[in-house]
Amino acid sequence: MRKKETGRADQSTLTGGYAVIGTRPPRYDAVDKVTGRALYGPDIRLPGLLHGKVLRSPHAHARILSIDTTCAEALPGVYAVVTAEDLPRAEDRRARLGEGAVNFKYLCDNILASAKVLYVGHAVAAVAASTPHIAEQALALIDVEYSLLPAVVDVLEATRDTAPLLHEHMGTRSLAGESRTPSNTASHFQQVKGDPEKGFAEADVVVEREFRTATVHQGYIEPHAGTAIWGADGRLTVYATTQGAFTARDQLAELLDLPMSRIRVVPTEVGGAFGGKVTTYVETVAALLSRRAGRPVKIVMSRSEVFLASGPTSGTAIRVKMGATRAGRITAAQAELYYEAGAYPGSPVGSGAGVMFGPYDIPHGQIDGYDVVVNKPKTGSYRAPGGTPANSAAEQVIDELAERIGMDPLEFRMLNSAKEGTRQIDGAVHTHIGCYEVLETAREHPHYSAPLEGPHRGRGVAHAYWGNWGAQSSSAISVNADGTVAMVTGSVDLTGTRTSLAMQAAEALGLTLEQIVPSVADTDSIGYTEVSAGSRTTVATGQSVVKAARDVIAQMSERAATLWGVPADTVSFHRGTFTTGQDATKSTTFGELAAMLSRTGGPITGVGNIDVQEWGAAFGTHIVDLEVDPETGKVTILRYTVVQDVGRAIHPSEVEGQMQGGAVQGIGWALYEGYQYDEGGQMLNPTFLDYKLPTALDVPSIECVIVEVPYPKHPYGIRGVGETPILPPPAAIANAIYRAVGRRMDRLPMTPGRILEKMGVI
Amino acid sequence: MRPFEYQAPTSIGEAVALLADTGERARPLAGGTDLLVQLRRGLLEVDLVVDVKKIPELNRISFHPVEGLTVGAAVACAVLCEHPDVRAAYPALIDAASIIGGPAIQGRATIGGNLCNAAPSGDAIPAMIVVGATCTVAGPGGTRAVPVETFCTAPGRTVLGEDEMLVSIRFPAPMPNSGARYLRFIPRGEMDIAVAGAGAWVLLSDDHAQITDARIALAAVAPTPLLADAAGASLIGKAPTEDAFAEAAKLAREAARPIGDVRGTEAQRRHLVGVLVKRALRGAVRRATGDLATPSGRSTEPVQGGRNHG
Amino acid sequence: MANKTRVCARVNGEQVEFLCEPYQSLLECLRDILGLTGTKDGCNDGNCGACSVLLDGQLVNSCLVLGVEIEGREVTTVEGLADWRGLHPIQLAVVEEDAVQCGYCTPGILIAAKALLDREPNPSERRIRTWMAGNLCRCTGYDKIVRAIMRAARSCAQYDPPLYNGRNKARR
Repeated sequence: MRKKETGRADQSTLTGGYAVIGTRPPRYDAVDKVTGRALYGPDIRLPGLLHGKVLRSPHAHARILSIDTTCAEALPGVYAVVTAEDLPRAEDRRARLGEGAVNFKYLCDNILASAKVLYVGHAVAAVAASTPHIAEQALALIDVEYSLLPAVVDVLEATRDTAPLLHEHMGTRSLAGESRTPSNTASHFQQVKGDPEKGFAEADVVVEREFRTATVHQGYIEPHAGTAIWGADGRLTVYATTQGAFTARDQLAELLDLPMSRIRVVPTEVGGAFGGKVTTYVETVAALLSRRAGRPVKIVMSRSEVFLASGPTSGTAIRVKMGATRAGRITAAQAELYYEAGAYPGSPVGSGAGVMFGPYDIPHGQIDGYDVVVNKPKTGSYRAPGGTPANSAAEQVIDELAERIGMDPLEFRMLNSAKEGTRQIDGAVHTHIGCYEVLETAREHPHYSAPLEGPHRGRGVAHAYWGNWGAQSSSAISVNADGTVAMVTGSVDLTGTRTSLAMQAAEALGLTLEQIVPSVADTDSIGYTEVSAGSRTTVATGQSVVKAARDVIAQMSERAATLWGVPADTVSFHRGTFTTGQDATKSTTFGELAAMLSRTGGPITGVGNIDVQEWGAAFGTHIVDLEVDPETGKVTILRYTVVQDVGRAIHPSEVEGQMQGGAVQGIGWALYEGYQYDEGGQMLNPTFLDYKLPTALDVPSIECVIVEVPYPKHPYGIRGVGETPILPPPAAIANAIYRAVGRRMDRLPMTPGRILEKMGVI
Repeated sequence: MRPFEYQAPTSIGEAVALLADTGERARPLAGGTDLLVQLRRGLLEVDLVVDVKKIPELNRISFHPVEGLTVGAAVACAVLCEHPDVRAAYPALIDAASIIGGPAIQGRATIGGNLCNAAPSGDAIPAMIVVGATCTVAGPGGTRAVPVETFCTAPGRTVLGEDEMLVSIRFPAPMPNSGARYLRFIPRGEMDIAVAGAGAWVLLSDDHAQITDARIALAAVAPTPLLADAAGASLIGKAPTEDAFAEAAKLAREAARPIGDVRGTEAQRRHLVGVLVKRALRGAVRRATGDLATPSGRSTEPVQGGRNHG
Repeated sequence: MANKTRVCARVNGEQVEFLCEPYQSLLECLRDILGLTGTKDGCNDGNCGACSVLLDGQLVNSCLVLGVEIEGREVTTVEGLADWRGLHPIQLAVVEEDAVQCGYCTPGILIAAKALLDREPNPSERRIRTWMAGNLCRCTGYDKIVRAIMRAARSCAQYDPPLYNGRNKARR
């Protein structure tokens, strides 16, 4: 294990024998971004562009009786109006879709509602006009008749028999099949390991707690945007603000019933996504409008539309019970997780369950997960989907367990730490992991032992596990005559991956970073590449570019062999130079050989198509010091440290940026953020004024400690970095608040008002 | 948003005439930080915005040690906060003006606009009330004076007629041994609307042993910013002690009529009134005794009542 | 509805002239009429700072200024920070500190930071965080942004010669 304290002005490179990996070069896209040249979805401008706007339901739950668009269509400046009628119907394709027909119907319905609206903000119709202002006026002329239905916005309320049903024909899916009785509980799973009853019986101390967490949004500053334009040949081009051009293309092909070869998706620069820009929302609508209008159409969501009608993550109700012996060994863990799916099934309850007890070796356990629909927007992924609420519950119970036993919170976790071979409650087995190393590093960190004096101050810790991801990526590296290479991948660059991928390519090719020219391709120009999500890009597309680099070297070696008249297998490449065992006088550098390619057989392009099946998980421990104002309940964070195993830090500054950014999102989740609803299902705070993201004044400097326990199955040992850091903050902060004011919190966000209530002050 | 026209008159007379002509369908535009947001949200519809920022009287800041301070209604908070006379003589006004949004908002927002917007939570208003400010209002018939505490009549409503506009706000010259302070509570460090706010002004005897006059005003706990008469009156004749502050705080809590909404519950707001009034009084007394400097605007701590001091 | 208004102003040091509706924001005019898409729309109601510009040197949210209000005035956007010689110190500092991830908040951050450093050459960390509270960033957690501004403060004091020459290479 290797660790680096990299919080402050540390410019040292990794001592791992790498030339490029571990350094901190300027990000490739940085100059375009600091000069305003980078083009994001809302920046796209095309000749003849029309502006689209979406009419959205003002009601949380209602039947649509009729939609009359005639007045809107007649408004001068309006070129097209569309409704769900303009989408190809699921019914017509049922035979082809089979089991997927239901899910497809949900997908269509979310784009443009057909029979019912299921949340405030649900799209009902859309308009394309010559200016955004005319489009807005046209929306007001669309007449929709609704028949109101009662709404339900609380996850537990929705499970009751008396709750209004969102989908009258949906039963609960479980291992027993789908239940006949319609229910808002779309599915239930249960995972059991060992014998939980026995495990609890063996415990000396048992802690059981219930928690609620609010719906929260990814909070990207850039709203969703999409621009669609059709060619006369029926080919559709969409400029999409998306985490994955190929996934967007798949969705468009499905929704528009077009062959995917007729659709080109060009991913624009993305202004923040965090999982929320995997699902497409406005692109399909823009395509429908554009086809009708015969001109390109751009739709950009407003901020309130983003809150109301994109995909926030689940609010939850979670019960956790854990038992341990007096000696400090956890004997059993049990959890019930109720996650809001929003209007259609599909919350991340499964992946939340998958990580909540993951860092520990627990002999007996049971997790029950429920996916529940409510009259809120359909949930989307948010950085470690499902993980943060589950982790916040489990890590608070672990903290309480440690306290009741009288053990140090980190020691307790270390004693029970998972290691390679530990089986989790869902049956997955840990591979080579750095769980213990991260805990140990945190325990030894000066922050953990620094004195913290003063009333109403407390220190809390929390630990977390995220599995990460591999999957498909495609890349191509072409050699330029000047010894540089063009590296094309299909991975949308959300986080600086153009640079971290280029660094891996440079390392593999023996080139400098400046000699790699990275670009992100559209769907016509590279092979299928999975979304940039799941902390997969630097890992999986990294393997893809390394494979492409090795292919380049192999082809260059063959070219050298041809030049020298020696067998190809005698040529080797080391530190930028090709040599052959057959003739000591022959050697050529990469650059020299590159200059000769045209004369010696033509261009060389290395290909790296890959489907990564194994990848390394990441663990993180956070330490937070805070102070609570006992008169107002306001929390001030005094000091924050993130310790995380990243396998290998390709670009330490980018890694720190992920750790800091995720931690601050977690801080927002812990203290400030949450959708608020009235009883009618109206969201009360769809603005950045009242949906409160942390500002620069709300957080201190975030110290980062990069731990490196390399993952053996990646050429450079990399583990995904981006998601783990959003998991620990709420529990760490809750545990610190407990030490500051002696109260255990049970709801997120832990607002000043709730803290005062817990303290009995109000 | 309904489209609107724009005019930028260069005199009060011209502006008043435009407002009189268009009536309810026109609004004066100063910083626009409330008006444009409300127009875009459809909370308000106008045919005409009358930009008042080109009218000389509305842009003036004039201070005289005896006559006091006059601040034009269109003076941006950022400009106000950098004015040396205002900083020296009216620190409570700076307390408030420097926390309305962040620097970009303060680059446009005005205390005049804050007052005319008449939000219950308007941060500038309690600070103006406690120091006894008066509004100068112009209409077709001439000008009139309105005490700030009666200017707002309901959320979003003021005493202004359709054909009237706010020209300036006058502040009496500060008296020796007097001090004022404004604080609010927000969940973040900045950029929030006040959950509750309290302004306090005290006048001490020459030996600083007694409070000879006091005013307390509250934000965000009633339909309009509220002058808490009884709370202020309770301090007169008392020594400036924690007991006196606690009594005033209790009366202020009783005067408050908070509601629960997306920003806070009724109980939380009522409780915060008590906390903030005490903190504001402590700060006002320290200023009266020369003990608490004006926030410098350069290395300022956020003025929302940290810890137990004001 | 009357005809559009003709507005003449200086943007990034150049005279510009455009037609706009009275109700169009400066943000819309910059982006949709003048083609300066560097300034971003994050919320359109003054709560995120992505649209920050300098108006006669004053930091403002361009979403809350009407296009017609800039008649005869001077606007600086992110496109106006660098000159033909190279990046402005604040841009260079952001690059060097890796203080940009998605980059959407970055133009507003740069403008706000420049406004601060133009007034106060040596702000404390606390002062920087207070000033920058009106610029939301969701990616970075602000740490590297604050470091970049502190770094820029040190180099702004000496800013006149170009510090940057060519892609990704700092000239020493």
